[in-house]
Amino acid sequence: MSDILVSARGLEVHFPVRSRGPARRGGGVLRAVDGVDLDIYRGETLGLVGESGCGKSTLGNALLRLVPPTAGTVTFDGTDLTTLGRKAMRDMRRRAGMVFQDPFASLDPRRTVAQTVSEPLEVHGLRSGRRERAARVGELLELVGLDPVVAGRYPHEFSGGQRQRVGIARALAGEPDFLVCDEAIASLDVSVQAQVLNLLRRLQRQLGLTLLFVSHDLSAIRHISDRIAVMYLGRIVEIGPASAVGSSPQMPYTQALLSAVPVPHPALERSRQRIVLRGDVPSPSAVPSGCRFRTRCPAAFEPCPDVVPALQPVGEAPGHLAACHLHGVVGTPVTEVPEGVTAHPPG
Amino acid sequence: MTAVPTPGGTPAAPTPGSPIVTRPVRPRWRETLGLLARDPTAAIAAVVLLAIIVVAIFDTAFASQGPNEQDIANRLQSPSWSHPFGTDDLGRDILARVILGASVSLKVGFLSVGLALVVGTLVGLLAGFYGRWVDDVLMRIMDMLFAFPAVLLAIAILAIRGPGTSNTVIAIAVVYVPIFARVTRASVLGVREEVYVRASRSVGASDLRLLTRHVLPNAAPPIIVQTSISLAFAVLAEAALSFLGLGTQPPNPSWGLMLAEGNEFINRAWWLAFFPGIAIVVTVLCFNLLGDGLRDVLDPRQRTLMAGGGR
Amino acid sequence: MTATSLPAAEPVLEVDDLRVELRTPRGPAHVVNGLSYTVGPGETVAVVGESGSGKSVSVLALLGLLPARVATVTGRAVLQGEDLLTMSSDRLRQVRGPGAGMVFQDPMTSLNPVLSIGKQLIEGIRAHSDVSKEVARRRAADLLGEVGLPDPERALDRYPHELSGGMRQRVVIAIALSNSPALLIADEATTALDVTVQAQIIDLVERLQADHGTGVIWITHDLGVVAGIADRVLVMYGGRCVEDGTVDDVLEHPAHPYTRGLLGSLPDLAQPLVDGRVPDLTTVPGLPPPPTDLPAGCVFWPRCPVRSDPRCETEQPPLAVLSPGSGGLEHRAATWCESGADR
Repeated sequence: MSDILVSARGLEVHFPVRSRGPARRGGGVLRAVDGVDLDIYRGETLGLVGESGCGKSTLGNALLRLVPPTAGTVTFDGTDLTTLGRKAMRDMRRRAGMVFQDPFASLDPRRTVAQTVSEPLEVHGLRSGRRERAARVGELLELVGLDPVVAGRYPHEFSGGQRQRVGIARALAGEPDFLVCDEAIASLDVSVQAQVLNLLRRLQRQLGLTLLFVSHDLSAIRHISDRIAVMYLGRIVEIGPASAVGSSPQMPYTQALLSAVPVPHPALERSRQRIVLRGDVPSPSAVPSGCRFRTRCPAAFEPCPDVVPALQPVGEAPGHLAACHLHGVVGTPVTEVPEGVTAHPPG
Repeated sequence: MTAVPTPGGTPAAPTPGSPIVTRPVRPRWRETLGLLARDPTAAIAAVVLLAIIVVAIFDTAFASQGPNEQDIANRLQSPSWSHPFGTDDLGRDILARVILGASVSLKVGFLSVGLALVVGTLVGLLAGFYGRWVDDVLMRIMDMLFAFPAVLLAIAILAIRGPGTSNTVIAIAVVYVPIFARVTRASVLGVREEVYVRASRSVGASDLRLLTRHVLPNAAPPIIVQTSISLAFAVLAEAALSFLGLGTQPPNPSWGLMLAEGNEFINRAWWLAFFPGIAIVVTVLCFNLLGDGLRDVLDPRQRTLMAGGGR
Repeated sequence: MTATSLPAAEPVLEVDDLRVELRTPRGPAHVVNGLSYTVGPGETVAVVGESGSGKSVSVLALLGLLPARVATVTGRAVLQGEDLLTMSSDRLRQVRGPGAGMVFQDPMTSLNPVLSIGKQLIEGIRAHSDVSKEVARRRAADLLGEVGLPDPERALDRYPHELSGGMRQRVVIAIALSNSPALLIADEATTALDVTVQAQIIDLVERLQADHGTGVIWITHDLGVVAGIADRVLVMYGGRCVEDGTVDDVLEHPAHPYTRGLLGSLPDLAQPLVDGRVPDLTTVPGLPPPPTDLPAGCVFWPRCPVRSDPRCETEQPPLAVLSPGSGGLEHRAATWCESGADR
């Protein structure tokens, strides 16, 4: 049994962009995930952080083949998911659960909590008989901190936090090894976010889960993760132990991101030097050549447009990698510019 | 958001040995009926329709005289105690004929709409869920059917297959299949993208399961509303076709046929056409009002609001 | 900013005992229950609370944006000498532009999707000042430049959907500022934005505020943002102010159990790791009370981990002064818990 549970190699998810509206863009490709190599170790919590449109959710979905990858492979416990047949893939889903962002949208409004939570049991034939399934549903609800008597109720009778607990119970019903939380706390109130974060941490320890926690919230990510991966425009630009990435980021984008996260300490906020980035994130259908961050990077220099930076060891912590030429120019030179990549974007 | 009362957020320990309820606390359909009862217009419409259906089922029990029993001596009698709706040119009791007509009209309505519902929903479900070429092929066929004016299409089918009740059912069904297909497809397109469908896929549910457990139930409200409204139009269509002599054949009564027969006596004996006409208006109106009521009641958000069960 | 903004000057806005009651199918909802505060020129007051705390409703009520059919608003809210709550709706419309500008969470709800940015800005400018189209257009372009839109002249002819979320929010701010209002109300204005964009917007608001002396009410649930932007903080719970004071007093020495709970449930990037990990968050258990069914005593009593005083269950503790605070701003909290105790 290897230490790596989930592994992605050269993973790409490209979407065709249809030209819409008055001829501004022709047909092209939107490079949501664009060449990601990632290993997730058994029993760890990996935080995947990035801003909207960076492809973090698409990556989370692609790892479970909920979005079909256009290139590359995803290996789950030694099995290549990308070549698996439909039936085999469905069976595989028992071992990997997903918790979604919006607890108001992710539960079928016409099905009771029990019907929702027992769906994986029915699908995978895990408990035979109504009574046994009901007992298991009760266990699962207790596991996530809900009273089993609520099993017969409909989602609209619950608060956001309670719904999210139901979503977590559903994801855990098949006793998965791997859980992807896609912005699972983003639409909850602060105090409820904390409840769910604590719950996820407890479940992770209690059940020995491997967790991929996808979020835009760096504070929450650092709180829950063992390792943090930072994504920008479809690529992982920095990855490493949570303590290292959280306290001594090595890539200018991570530094800017970290400095922009407000902390609830007025004195610190006043004294802190905030790196305010220029402009917006470029469109994923027209990514800059070379280093994708170079158009907004305060430290961009000559090799940035011409060499695609590879992840290289940085800093002092082992396993801390960053894709940045400031640590030595390492990577593949840009020879030709493929579709959806611009050599010299405007501005 | 309310309020499952778990005091302090940390749930109370479950009572040991208490059975875990997985069935809904209150079945959905009963809740729906309860809510419908709060909408007076829809509730009245439903009651009237129910009454019409009961009368149609027990048709003979409600009339003193057989609907095809002739009594030439008492022809063209105006409404009276013995003949509340009067008699026609052959001395037949109009009330008895309107009642029997109800069973014919409703039978044709329910059968044709039922047929259209099954076929149209299936087509719309597949087209909407799978998209791509399935959608293209199925919906182009529906468009072709849709391109003909409804009555013309029905007349053409009856002209080919010959008049009669069962052919009327088929003709009306063919007219309504594309409508149901479109309504279903539009509804499915919205539901297909819902997160809970993806969530169900993420736990390994098959397409069949997705379609039957999640997509169809959530796409159903507009289809149910369409069914109610289509029933209204089907009753009208049957009347129109019978009026034209293509539907129900004499001596059996149907409201449309009675309207046609009463037509020539309209100046001398208004009751011949009046009562079947009223029957059509009332039935069609009730189906429409019920449809509107269902539209409100079946919306889950509306449901929460009306039930006062949440914020 | 903190040091310069003493409330000595005439306040821009003075809210006194604001109450809002909404009619709902489940009975009257007491959404805001006696809120009083002032906003000085150039001062930023942060109103903090979770959903359902009444923070948004309280400002919608100020500007007469609640449907009169369901809302009963009482109290006083004096903006530059005029009471907003007794004003005619015509006068209120006039005040909304030059008196108080508003920025909401979702910029798309404040922008008309079928009108160009320029049209919407120029319309706003000309509604409140009698200038020619050309002058208004020049001012519009200046404003867009001021809020940091690249190439403002061309941006005037673009439509909302052609802009990113951050750029749209800048446009909304430009519209809100187009008549140089004395008061700017930002309701979760950066919640939907990425942190790097949020940082840009906060920078922008602070700069504009320093230039124009605008008073700002910043409504948010994010205490981190509050720490960065606010001079004064008002913590709302169950439609009441449970604690207020300077940002340093409230965030560094929270007195009310709710404020402490809120701070404790926040993952804190500045907190050092223990064995490479952060300790579990302390959470506030349970849910806020529905405004239709507020508890008889202290609004926070059902969720309160302290409950140190038997009166809490039956009586609402009044806002009591804990310390005179810095710069003449008292630190107050509605609690009978031992004050000043550190978290």
